[in-house]
Amino acid sequence: MIEVRDLRKAFGATRAVDGVSFTARDGEITGLLGPNGAGKTTTLRMLYTLMRPDSGSIEVDGRDAQTEALAVRRTIGVLPDARGLYKRLTARENIEYFAALQGLEAGVARARTDALIATLGMQDIAERRTEGFSQGERVKTAIARALVHGPQNVVLDEPTNGLDVMATRSLREFLRALRDAGRCVLLSTHLMQEVAALCDRIVIIAHGRVVADGSAAELRARAQEQNLEEAFMKFIGGAA
Amino acid sequence: MNAALRVFVKECRESLRDRRVLVNSLLVGPLIGPLLFLVLMRLVVGRELEKAEQPLPVVVIGAERAPELIAALRQMGLAQKPAVDDPERAVREQRIDLAMRIAADFGADWRAGRPAEVELIYDSSRREGGGDVERLRGMLDSYSRRNGALRLLARGLSPAIATPLVVASRDSATPQARGALLFAMLPYMLVLTIFIGGLWLAIDSTAGERERQSLEPLLINPVPRDRILLGKLLATAAFSTASLLLGLLAFLVVGHFMPTEELGMSLALGPRFLGVALPLLVPLVLLICITQILIAAFARSVREAQTYLGLAQLVPVIPSIVLSLLPLKAQLWMYAVPLLGQQLAVMRLLRAEAVPPVALALNVVATLLAALAAFALTRRVYDSERLAIAV
Repeated sequence: MIEVRDLRKAFGATRAVDGVSFTARDGEITGLLGPNGAGKTTTLRMLYTLMRPDSGSIEVDGRDAQTEALAVRRTIGVLPDARGLYKRLTARENIEYFAALQGLEAGVARARTDALIATLGMQDIAERRTEGFSQGERVKTAIARALVHGPQNVVLDEPTNGLDVMATRSLREFLRALRDAGRCVLLSTHLMQEVAALCDRIVIIAHGRVVADGSAAELRARAQEQNLEEAFMKFIGGAA
Repeated sequence: MNAALRVFVKECRESLRDRRVLVNSLLVGPLIGPLLFLVLMRLVVGRELEKAEQPLPVVVIGAERAPELIAALRQMGLAQKPAVDDPERAVREQRIDLAMRIAADFGADWRAGRPAEVELIYDSSRREGGGDVERLRGMLDSYSRRNGALRLLARGLSPAIATPLVVASRDSATPQARGALLFAMLPYMLVLTIFIGGLWLAIDSTAGERERQSLEPLLINPVPRDRILLGKLLATAAFSTASLLLGLLAFLVVGHFMPTEELGMSLALGPRFLGVALPLLVPLVLLICITQILIAAFARSVREAQTYLGLAQLVPVIPSIVLSLLPLKAQLWMYAVPLLGQQLAVMRLLRAEAVPPVALALNVVATLLAALAAFALTRRVYDSERLAIAV
């Protein structure tokens, strides 16, 4: 479970995140929805302790992300906006490197890697160097290395960016399986269809603030719109 | 510590698969110094040697007037060229470099015991011929002195009478010391080898990782950033040390092909040199590598890092230039200055002189302290938020 309270972060005069609060629960997929530049990536970066907030608090499974950063990093798996792989290492070596940095024993790391390779359908690319991988193959590898330590919380920044229809479908299935296993899944996206198809809970962010928070049905009702996209436009317009 | 080791292993494994790293660290780095050196030595020293051994071509006018003189000069290396009509003009028009004219009454003067005249015709504004003129003059002098002594002896006098003053030059430079003067650049070549050996790793593992967007995922792992930095430093230093080791071995090999013997020099490039130079240079490897990583961490892109590091590469040449221009007497404090200290020590070692243990210890400690300070500084850069995020 991830709880974010009144998070703020400014870069110079730009207030990138300006009072964001939300909760992402276990067994749910929570979507941060917002236009480009709304502050989604900065919010996530503070959440996975790459950046320090100016103010506000983040708790992951009850642990404070600022004071217990290393402990928090062990309980979250992150697919960041930057998903570069080591192109001279094979997919398996990429995954096992991160397993080692997570502190996993070699045997455990190998077993977990094998399991993820099977789940993500990566058998035919596992022993290949990642140079020349397709976008889909790269995202799979990046997800596998992010989840190799079996984290309770999974954070993904625009996970379907650049993926084709097939890859998007299989990724969504994978995320649903994580949710059904009781994990807390939090993703950011600027795509309406993504949240509509995938998320149990939607947090709409615009201009660094949360402008709406609820299930798709709740949001439609609150905006008095039949269509989620119209509701989204209404919330975003209201924040401008 | 464990995490640092894992970063180290991964960086090494990845680099061993990178042709750029292999070429730079294990080929260019170790070989650039020795090869540059060999070429320089051959060019500079080889030319001097050639001149000394080759016959000296001189146009001789009136050779028939002094057959004995010509025969003696020939023994000393004169290559007689046929006479030309107007030697002054020929020299002016640069058709010939040097001509010698035997005066018409040479034979008569010689037989009468009067000073007989030999004219040298050359153009002193032309540098090329300078050495030749000196050589010919030297040959004539020695012939003149020898015959002067013989004439005195024939008159029952000691030749010593004609030599009231004798100037004895005793060059106190040992053969090794003379060699080391020429080899003042060798320490810089070693530093260059260290520099090139770690260069690509330093760039690739910091600026490169950021540019390829793999630094952010890496830093999200539950590992303190100084461990990651330490791992990267150790990997960079490992390649740099390998480069240095190969470079030193290459110098040993190349040393055999250097015309040091002909010049009466010798360089103490032996196992003993290796034994002291290597421990002396390893702290410098750490200092140079962490500095490279620091610079690469500041750079916004790989290209920028390459530019900065290319400039930084010139810094270590400063002590070499200073030491070759100003003949500084080594003082103890100088060993406490990284780069300068190693330069002094390596030069002493090349001259087969012992370096005082105090100086060695001072140099090692000072360099390690500097490396630690640079590490602390780099750690601050690594701890900053901006590091991971590609600008």
